[in-house]
Amino acid sequence: MKKLKYDVVVLGGGAAGMGAINGALSQNVSVLLIEREASTGGVLNQCIHNGFGVHVFKQELSGPEYHEMYMEKLSRFDAMYETTVLNVDVKSNTLNTISISGVYEIKYGSLVLATGARERPFEALRIPGYRPAGVFTAGLAQHFVNLENRLPGHKAVIVGSGDIGLIMARRLTLEGVEVEGVYEIMPYQGGLTRNIVQCLDDFNIPLHLSTSIVEVHGKDRLEGVTVAKFENGHPVRKTERFVKCDTLVASVGLIPENDLVNETIELSDGSGANVDDLMRTNIYNVFAAGNNVCIHDLVDFAAVEGEIAGKNAAHVAKGKELPERMGILKKGEGVGLLSTKYTIAAEPFKLFVRVKKPMGTTILRLNDQKIKTVLAAKPSEMIEVKMDPSRYNMKGNLILSAMEVDKI
Amino acid sequence: MKVAVIGAGIVGSLIAREFTKYEIDVEVFEKLPDVGWGITKANSGILHAGYDDEPGTLRAKYCAKGNEMYDRLSKDLNFELKRIGSLVLAFSEEELNILKELEKRGKDNGVKGLKILNRIESLEVEPNLSREVISALYAPSAGIIAPWEAAQAAIENAVENGAMLHLSTEIKNISNENNQYVLDTSNGEFQFDMVINAAGLWADDLAEKTGVKVSPLHPRRGEYILLDQPGVVRTVIFPTPSEAGKGILVLPTVHDTVLLGPTSQDLPPTQKESTKTTFDGLSKIVKSAQKLVPAVNISKTIRTFAGLRPENDIKDFVLKREGNMMHVVATRSPGLSSAPAIAKDIVNDMLGDLEIKKRSDFNPHRAPLVKVIEMSDKERENIIAKNPSYGRVICRCNHVTEGEVVDAIRHGARTLDGIKFRTTAMFGRCQGSFCTVKIMKIMKRELGKNYEEIRKNLPNSQIVDGDVR
Repeated sequence: MKKLKYDVVVLGGGAAGMGAINGALSQNVSVLLIEREASTGGVLNQCIHNGFGVHVFKQELSGPEYHEMYMEKLSRFDAMYETTVLNVDVKSNTLNTISISGVYEIKYGSLVLATGARERPFEALRIPGYRPAGVFTAGLAQHFVNLENRLPGHKAVIVGSGDIGLIMARRLTLEGVEVEGVYEIMPYQGGLTRNIVQCLDDFNIPLHLSTSIVEVHGKDRLEGVTVAKFENGHPVRKTERFVKCDTLVASVGLIPENDLVNETIELSDGSGANVDDLMRTNIYNVFAAGNNVCIHDLVDFAAVEGEIAGKNAAHVAKGKELPERMGILKKGEGVGLLSTKYTIAAEPFKLFVRVKKPMGTTILRLNDQKIKTVLAAKPSEMIEVKMDPSRYNMKGNLILSAMEVDKI
Repeated sequence: MKVAVIGAGIVGSLIAREFTKYEIDVEVFEKLPDVGWGITKANSGILHAGYDDEPGTLRAKYCAKGNEMYDRLSKDLNFELKRIGSLVLAFSEEELNILKELEKRGKDNGVKGLKILNRIESLEVEPNLSREVISALYAPSAGIIAPWEAAQAAIENAVENGAMLHLSTEIKNISNENNQYVLDTSNGEFQFDMVINAAGLWADDLAEKTGVKVSPLHPRRGEYILLDQPGVVRTVIFPTPSEAGKGILVLPTVHDTVLLGPTSQDLPPTQKESTKTTFDGLSKIVKSAQKLVPAVNISKTIRTFAGLRPENDIKDFVLKREGNMMHVVATRSPGLSSAPAIAKDIVNDMLGDLEIKKRSDFNPHRAPLVKVIEMSDKERENIIAKNPSYGRVICRCNHVTEGEVVDAIRHGARTLDGIKFRTTAMFGRCQGSFCTVKIMKIMKRELGKNYEEIRKNLPNSQIVDGDVR
């Protein structure tokens, strides 16, 4: 077995991973990227639509452009491509990889997990019926269309209104596939409003809220689905309708990918890594950034988190001791997700908050302190909150709540 | 001497392999595109200890005996078998009395090691059991396999020993002329001296084509939920059995997932392909499974599926010989456990009076499949040095390498499911969302196909269709 040693090892070369390389390189340490695919970029490579980079590059880029421009920022780093990490041992600071070059044991000073997310497959929804060909996750359909030039079918139904599903509704329409509609079980959309407008409204694709699939038809290839109205998570009788289609594209959620470390790293109830504002996990020299922490709206946010993680990972690798955690952030009323679990309460940082359900004018509070007011709060749009220890008490238990104004 | 085996499920596969031990020509006919894709593909995969079956039935005769034969088979054919044991739970004194009957019946049937455990002992064996349990019947000889892997291995070994396999070949008719059976198939006519009907759900229809009446079959549908929750149980957990059958179980699979099910719904004989899942069925599974093991976490669902068991009114296997044709009918539960013993008996019966020699060159072994994830670092290094494609991981959930996908194709996989059911790629929690394209690329290269020609499983299960404009 071959052995290697690096100051900072980054797992995953998507947006957060590239950010981490950038952050670590700025501190003059040795950096190794380990990437499963043949190049950096992650899912950006198949996202040929634009809208990336508004924050980091101050312009709208396609995924591959974003990838290319970010790579230009990076000076020299080492990388192992088409390499899979089989296990991480946080006690000995080593990990084991496998690739066509054989097996390696790699010792790290610090580790940055930038392993991204995976899609929840349609099969996991336990929807009754047959299990024919023609059922795709949105990402798989996108891969076929954008990277392999293959059409998944000719008449499609999209289940779930997550962003990739909306993007695929437009993409398939542009390629001549008839998109019959988007079906969302919740009474509100899953993706960004801009995607509802640009991907559905502009193409007259109907979005059916509180509606989902109750049966899949077709033994070999998909022949159609039965849809029905839903109330409180249950189908409503007599609202069933058959929709003929040969393609079903599922955009029903992303799951933070932490399988490699799920026995050592503290995870949230949504299986994201619990980090502090330094992007540090419960292990002093293991950092995490991007969609494996929580599912972000924008790729820029993942990249910026990566930069913070990479920089702090480099500090730790060089022997610097980072400040201790002083505050614990907890979800209060109305809050579904917080990007950060702990804080050192020493410097301002950006916290991302998702509300549980759509609300009108909403006030965000940290314990009893009012910290932000938003005119409309939606679960699909992260609320950015500047957490500033010079303005708020950020030590101890910090309960973040979101309440609609007229209900207060 | 030529024998035809109709059906390449676990029963037909083991019968075919058994025949190849003799100096006789063996041909296997399967209407589906791959081996073990009927009843064999979608059942619980349990080798039952054999305490359920009433003495005097063929089930009682073959179950414990067949189960025991799997040890040797799994060694010879290199498929995975785990003797994890089973627990039948009792939640009341009434149920405990049934457990005592089962224990007695098991002893009569020759089942070894049966023991009634008290509440504490039960929880020691299986810490996640419901706290309501009062007692459990422990059967250490119960085991689990992936039934399709056993069928694949048996057929491969049969083919290595000279058998011929006809896939996607449906039997349209059978006639008997001058002591020869003429099989009229979707791929032409064939003649045989002997025929074994192991056609699963269609065995009754096939028997009828030759004028033989057997008790008619109807499908009994069993729905399942597959969970990504390794470790939640270590043994096969049964409720106390009832009139409706063995009930809904919680069990680990040989691939470290957890299976909940099956339901038990009798369908009319016209619905022999109705492998759909239902709302009621899936809800029932969740409720019943959580009654046994409350820790079952349904949000860890990988997928659901349904299989069909061949059921008849007498609730027992039917082995009926007519001339030189043997009908193996209603191999319902415990058909999988019984299959090796049935195969041996049938071949003995068919060849009994004839003076056919055993082959001296019969090779009982099927070479093991490469599984890189199960190797030591040293073994991995060696195999990658010889063939680097064993270092390229294709399936991230189950760590299947490109080399293993290529092996599966060389072992006969021609569809995505063919690869799935040989390698476990696409079997995991992502259900192929990451690896499908990679696998299709390998299939394109190895089989000289284009994307449009690749199928999920059945002939019309095309994956993609046409160019992006």
